[in-house]
Amino acid sequence: MLRLDRVSVSVGTPDGDLVLLHRTTLSITERRVALIGGNGSGKSTFARLLNGLVEPTTGRVTVGDLDTVDDGPSVRRAVGFVFTDPGAQLVMPTCLEDVALSLRRTVKDKRERLRQARAILDGIGLGDKADTTVHALSGGQKQMLALAGVLATDPQVLVADEPTTLLDLRNTRLVADRLFALPQQLVLVTHDLDLAARCDRALVIDEARVVFDGRPDDAIAHYRASVDAP
Amino acid sequence: MSPELISAYRPGSTLLHRIPAGPKLGLLAAYGVVTVVATGPWTAIGFLAFSLALVVWVRIPWRTAVRALRPLLLVVVLVTAFQVWQRGWPAAIHVVGDLLALFVAALVFTATTRIDALLDAIVRGLGPFRRVGVDPEKVALAFSLMIGAIPGVMTIARETRDAAKARGLERDPRALLVPMAIRTVAHAYDTGAALHARGIGDD
Repeated sequence: MLRLDRVSVSVGTPDGDLVLLHRTTLSITERRVALIGGNGSGKSTFARLLNGLVEPTTGRVTVGDLDTVDDGPSVRRAVGFVFTDPGAQLVMPTCLEDVALSLRRTVKDKRERLRQARAILDGIGLGDKADTTVHALSGGQKQMLALAGVLATDPQVLVADEPTTLLDLRNTRLVADRLFALPQQLVLVTHDLDLAARCDRALVIDEARVVFDGRPDDAIAHYRASVDAP
Repeated sequence: MSPELISAYRPGSTLLHRIPAGPKLGLLAAYGVVTVVATGPWTAIGFLAFSLALVVWVRIPWRTAVRALRPLLLVVVLVTAFQVWQRGWPAAIHVVGDLLALFVAALVFTATTRIDALLDAIVRGLGPFRRVGVDPEKVALAFSLMIGAIPGVMTIARETRDAAKARGLERDPRALLVPMAIRTVAHAYDTGAALHARGIGDD
């Protein structure tokens, strides 16, 4: 279970503190949860709190019994994170080596590491790209590879921050279908309301506040109404 | 350095593919010493021929090899001109021949060695330094990031140049350097966040 307990996030600026997330308390137990809202509303800050990439200014974020501040490495092992731009996430020259990098900590034997990395690539349909340079992949393939690199660490929860924003329709479907087929709990930040509608619960975030929390259909209606309002 | 040089692993079963990364790196270093010690234009031509034979052996496509060598062209021209001017043709052939021979040998090394295997070799090689506070895994990670960052920065440079050109600012150094510096730092930040999120470097 993911829990935010009176969490707020702010950063100092020359003009004073800028609040990125106002005091928020909620728990996430559903298997698929969507975060929707406008650009700069605080969705990414919310998502990054769950993995410990952003630390709360006040309050506490927990993943099960783990505190994201006190138990950072354990939290990051439990919560995988997929970014919007896979380009920054892929750091090794070839697909196989990038997945193997995620396995270095847990699988010390090189042959076994490469075998497992190959199996993971096969699992996401990139088995024939094992020795291909990551720069030669299409956008969709890069995002799938980034996802493979995260899944290699076998997280319990996956947070995906607009993973389909840079993709065309075909690749969006490919990545989304893969995400929704995962056994892990999924927290999905998205502007794609069709994807949000496939979740079990949706939060609408606006001006650094969770302004709606409920069923996806209702959340989408609320979001549309807020956009349409003068 | 070009992306071809740093991300050109080509699967194969030659002896060079099978030699472990550490000893192979040692052989490359020894080859470098030998080319410096053995002087003369004919030996340099021999070393270059040997390196090119390795290219054929490990089946690197000629087009890939030429693309990898292209960024070196300016250096070759400048060094050749300087050496001819200062020391004559034999010395120029010796210096430039050795340079090209080593560059091609490095290309062969990357074509036959997975970066993952090289990281293992670095971790093993730095193992004894743990007692003085060196973390071999972190050094290996830094090495892999350096390798991974080069094509990324080259892509940023190309995109920045295209963006400046689209605005008619291709001759304005500020329109190239400032955005490139900012985007490179942002890329480094994003990469750091991505590694952090993957738990890499936590231990």
